[in-house]
Amino acid sequence: MASTGPTTQRFARTAQAARSERAQKVAKWVFGAMALAMVAPLIGIVTYLLYRAWPSLGWEFLVDLPRKGMREGGIWPAFVGTLYLVTISLAVAAPIGVLAAIYLNEYARDNWFNRLINLAVINLAGVPSIVHALFGLGAFVYAAQFGFSILSASLTLAIMTLPVIIASTREALASVPRAFREACWNVGATRWQTIRAVVLPNSISGILTGIILQVSRAAGETAPIMFTGAVFYKAVQRGDLFPYRLGDQCMALSMHLYTVSTQVPNVKESIPYATAIVLLGSVLLVNATAIAARVFMRRRKRW
Amino acid sequence: MSGPGELSIITRGLNLYYGAFQALSDISVGIRRGLITSMIGPSGCGKTTLLRCFNRVNERYDYVRTTGEIIVLGRNIYDPDVSLIELRKSVGMVFQRPNPLPVSVYENVVFGLRIHSDRSALKRADLDVAVEKALTEVGLWKDLRDRLKVKATTLQLEQQQKLCIARLLPLKPEVILMDEPCSALDVEGTRGIEELMFELKGRYTIVIVTHNMAQARRASDESIFMLMGKLVEHAPTEDLFLNPKNPKTLEYIEGRYG
Ligand SMILES: Nc1ncnc2c1ncn2[C@@H]1O[C@H](COP(=O)(O)OP(=O)(O)OP(=O)(O)O)[C@@H](O)[C@H]1O
Ligand SMILES: [Mg+2]
Repeated sequence: MASTGPTTQRFARTAQAARSERAQKVAKWVFGAMALAMVAPLIGIVTYLLYRAWPSLGWEFLVDLPRKGMREGGIWPAFVGTLYLVTISLAVAAPIGVLAAIYLNEYARDNWFNRLINLAVINLAGVPSIVHALFGLGAFVYAAQFGFSILSASLTLAIMTLPVIIASTREALASVPRAFREACWNVGATRWQTIRAVVLPNSISGILTGIILQVSRAAGETAPIMFTGAVFYKAVQRGDLFPYRLGDQCMALSMHLYTVSTQVPNVKESIPYATAIVLLGSVLLVNATAIAARVFMRRRKRW
Repeated sequence: MSGPGELSIITRGLNLYYGAFQALSDISVGIRRGLITSMIGPSGCGKTTLLRCFNRVNERYDYVRTTGEIIVLGRNIYDPDVSLIELRKSVGMVFQRPNPLPVSVYENVVFGLRIHSDRSALKRADLDVAVEKALTEVGLWKDLRDRLKVKATTLQLEQQQKLCIARLLPLKPEVILMDEPCSALDVEGTRGIEELMFELKGRYTIVIVTHNMAQARRASDESIFMLMGKLVEHAPTEDLFLNPKNPKTLEYIEGRYG
């Protein structure tokens, strides 16, 4: 090839290629910087909270009761209350949400009725939590006569998380390749057998992730439980794991944080921050467990 | 080494690892300019992997490690000043399933030109010429001249595959790598692609991976037989099929495994 000149010049960077590469590098840096910018506030928040909360942090703070009108002591009743609310609400929302999503994704045909359901799910996910709170107040506290109770509050939270669980479950189901389903149908498996044998095992990690992400949402919301069953203060046994009944009202971390930060004068300075740390820590712990479980399940599934 | 006019691709002691798994061991091969070379061998022997080395697309995965030398068109492609952009313009690839982009036929053909030139430098007239030239070269112009605006994904598979070849041409590649380009096509489509390969031969160096022995015999000038990541035999197609030197080659082409 005499015409292209000395062969060592092959594939040398042309001006055009250099420009493309420069643009590519800039794009990479910009995107990377944004990703970092997202991490920075998290680290900032956690560090700041830890710093301010330090004097109160410790096992005692977790298991002790609030003392002196919540100006000192710990947060046990609020911690357990949040555990109750989150567990019960997800115990209600997760099965309903997952089953509904399976129906919508695996069985439902594309007709006006199912499109209507879809529309409802999407819109329900966009309803502000204060509106859910009002609905819970009307529906559970008064109409169903559950009163101001853990039950009413949990059900309200369940209604709030349900549409998001449906949406995330559908996404997980949709990520299972269609070819797998067809393979099943073509050996005569029913839809239900297909779901059990192929669809669920391959989407379970995604489904669980979707559900567990709702833990943080349920744990963090204040308005819905404030309207329906959470109280400022409730005396319980120190360290008691089952201090509440379904019909009781309870304390909750999010609510407690609100109370000690804004409603009570002369609170020991570190207490609100320590409460926030416990709330944040529990949520991060749950999320980390979810991620670990997901990594484990991913490793088993390969296609 | 022969002169640069002779061999388009040369590898020396090429090893490739996917993580801890060695997919290619000690491959040394020379692929002739302007001819059609076929690569055959049982599934999983590393044909695709070797093909993808030639324009360094394997590097997309960061667990891939390559050692040895690959010289394309006289240039070691691992030299630090080799531009991947320029390399891939010169060494194009056609995949097993036709993968036209979900835009019009016209836009598919000019896609490469658009990403490699400034917008101001591209004149509509030039693009039109490039489209006609590329589609004529792959034999699609007559069928598609009035349908340049249709979405490429709605074409027949054979047309899609030809379009994928046409998409490479405006960048003036010198090597075209084809990974089982006919496996998604019927007999007619396969014949169409093979005829196109004969058309392109001479102007382009073509390397084709195939599981179809008959196709390798019909369509290629030289053949490479691989087994478990190693190159077993490389000879003119006639020789390789009629009197293979290696007993393993004989076993394979007689259909005893693979
Ligand atoms: N991305 C990858 N990651 C890990 N291992 C891979 C990857 N791609 C291929 N392999 C492995 O490398 C080996 C060679 O694969 P390759 O795809 O090159 O074979 P092939 O000869 O093209 O096979 P086929 O005829 O089935 O297309 C196989 O054992 C395969 O499992
Ligand atoms: Mg292959």
